[in-house]
Amino acid sequence: MSAQIATIARSPRRLAWMRRRKALGSFCRQFSHNRTGMAGLILLMLVIVIAMVAPVIAPAWMLDATKLIDAPRFAPPSWEHPLGTDHLGREIWVRMVWGAQVSLVVGFAATAVSMLIGTIVGIAAGHFTGWTGGLLMRIIDFFLVLPSLILAIVLSSVLQRGVWTIVIAIGLTSWAGTARVVRSQTLSVEARDYIERSRVLGAGHWHIIVKHLLPGVLPLVLANTTLTVGSAIIAESTLSFLGLGDTTMQSWGAVLKNSMDYSAATAGYWWYVLVPGIAIVLVVLAFTLVGRAVENIVNPTLRSR
Amino acid sequence: MSNAVPATEAVILEEQGEVRPRGVPALKYASSKIGGALISLVMVILLGFFAFKILPGDPARAAARDRQMTPEQLEQLRHQMGLDKPLWQQFTDYLGNVFTLNFGQSYVYKQSVSSLIGEYFWNTILLTGTAAVIAIALGLWLGQKAGWLHGSTFDKLTTGTSLVLWSVPTFWLGLLLLMIFGGTLHWFPTGGMTSPNPPADAPGLVLDVISHMVLPVITMVAVVYAQYVLVMRASVMEERTADYLVTARAKGLRDDLVRSRHAVPNALLPAVTLVFMHLGGLIAGAVTVETVFSWPGLGKLTFQAIQGPDLPLLQGTFVVFSAIIIVMNLAADFVYRWLDPRVRRA
Repeated sequence: MSAQIATIARSPRRLAWMRRRKALGSFCRQFSHNRTGMAGLILLMLVIVIAMVAPVIAPAWMLDATKLIDAPRFAPPSWEHPLGTDHLGREIWVRMVWGAQVSLVVGFAATAVSMLIGTIVGIAAGHFTGWTGGLLMRIIDFFLVLPSLILAIVLSSVLQRGVWTIVIAIGLTSWAGTARVVRSQTLSVEARDYIERSRVLGAGHWHIIVKHLLPGVLPLVLANTTLTVGSAIIAESTLSFLGLGDTTMQSWGAVLKNSMDYSAATAGYWWYVLVPGIAIVLVVLAFTLVGRAVENIVNPTLRSR
Repeated sequence: MSNAVPATEAVILEEQGEVRPRGVPALKYASSKIGGALISLVMVILLGFFAFKILPGDPARAAARDRQMTPEQLEQLRHQMGLDKPLWQQFTDYLGNVFTLNFGQSYVYKQSVSSLIGEYFWNTILLTGTAAVIAIALGLWLGQKAGWLHGSTFDKLTTGTSLVLWSVPTFWLGLLLLMIFGGTLHWFPTGGMTSPNPPADAPGLVLDVISHMVLPVITMVAVVYAQYVLVMRASVMEERTADYLVTARAKGLRDDLVRSRHAVPNALLPAVTLVFMHLGGLIAGAVTVETVFSWPGLGKLTFQAIQGPDLPLLQGTFVVFSAIIIVMNLAADFVYRWLDPRVRRA
């Protein structure tokens, strides 16, 4: 079996795959040695599992206010109500579990939009010289400088309310950082000899971008992705808190919005404010830790840090 | 929300090292930077037209949201808003209005948007300006120390705190402080800019405003200074291995002086630009902080505009916020040139 593989393994495609598998293996090894990165990853896995089993551990009726007429309102944490209850008698922990779903989905979806735009614009800005690249660079700088929250507020105010509006609003306003990193990396890959060789052999823009530039920038995009998910989750909670979210959805930001509507902070309902906030901080921190660990591995210039 | 992921910062730091312009004449430098800012301003205005006149589909219907209206009334509203004119004419009307700072009437306040903004503008500048000064001073100081003592307990503690604070949503930190120091301990007022019956004498009034400012300023500083710490730390670490520091040490300078006289001034250069760039994040933070603490500023106005929805007001605050940030960035370019002699003279 092994002899067989060794003989076939000579094809370029095979070689490429073997190289990639090896790189992945060494990446995983390096990552597992990063203690804070692993802590973040474990925490994330835990939250993702909890979000997925939400319907099992907390059936949907537990959120239905009509079924909770006898439930105590604003009950502080106790044995019956582990994290307290809200203004309708709903358990905070149930809302947290369901909120994890919304927050994670919005975080990932918005990041996907942001990464897609950022990678395309960044590669284009680095690859095409002349006025195209210059114009794209101007646009990137413009979006980098403009406060994304303000723009996201504007977008989600003028569009129909809903989860996807939030996703689009965050995605469309948070790609500039990625584009800037990708552009810089594209420029450094462009300067390498194999691109020159490829160009001499007659490769077009498409070939160079897909075969050479994209693999060169993807590791950085990956590192940026994990960091962006964290800020997308904060953005979602901020927009929900400002009343721009989908009122039918249970996101962590929506819980905090309710708590502010009932002046929980000054009325002494501390659990109502504390629990959702800690959930957000933990998840965002986990993404940040994982992202920094990935960044340390894929970006050798930062490794010394 | 902030785009300020560490990777971006590192890249920008690197880029500035590479493409630092050498010896551009002052006039040319100024005109190119001012030109760039003007282009950004034009882009904001175009974006505003696109977001407020084209995206909502039918702005008249959006304005009439939640209200019953007959088709005739809707038609009349359209005529009032100039929506029955061709698009290019709407655009020229819009341009004329923006340049004369006429954003129309606010639905919620029944007042012209520009007079509202004029009324609230300085409150926001007072709050964010104070927070910016404190955050920059604290962030740069902690950052240079952490970068210099890279790997020490101080560094780990500072970086750790910064990362945690960086993961905290601004508005939640505000709620938390409000709960602890306003609701429970009653050390500070829970909202507004002055007490219901403000003291009549000037010193009393100043103290009253300051006591209302403490919590919102702490909130903004806590969320923003973390970024400055990380930027300054990275920048100092870059300089730490530079040759001129070996020289400085070789002539017998104390470690403290090597840091404060040689490493820090050089590390400050790239950090300053990034600090100014991040002021945008501070302005955005104003929206949530002012909402939580009912501070009568542009952020609070934005929040009111969202609740309406009051699109003319939202458009006004959007344009003003963006303009503030563009001006700050222009200032950053000039400060950078003034700080870095290499940009001034070849």
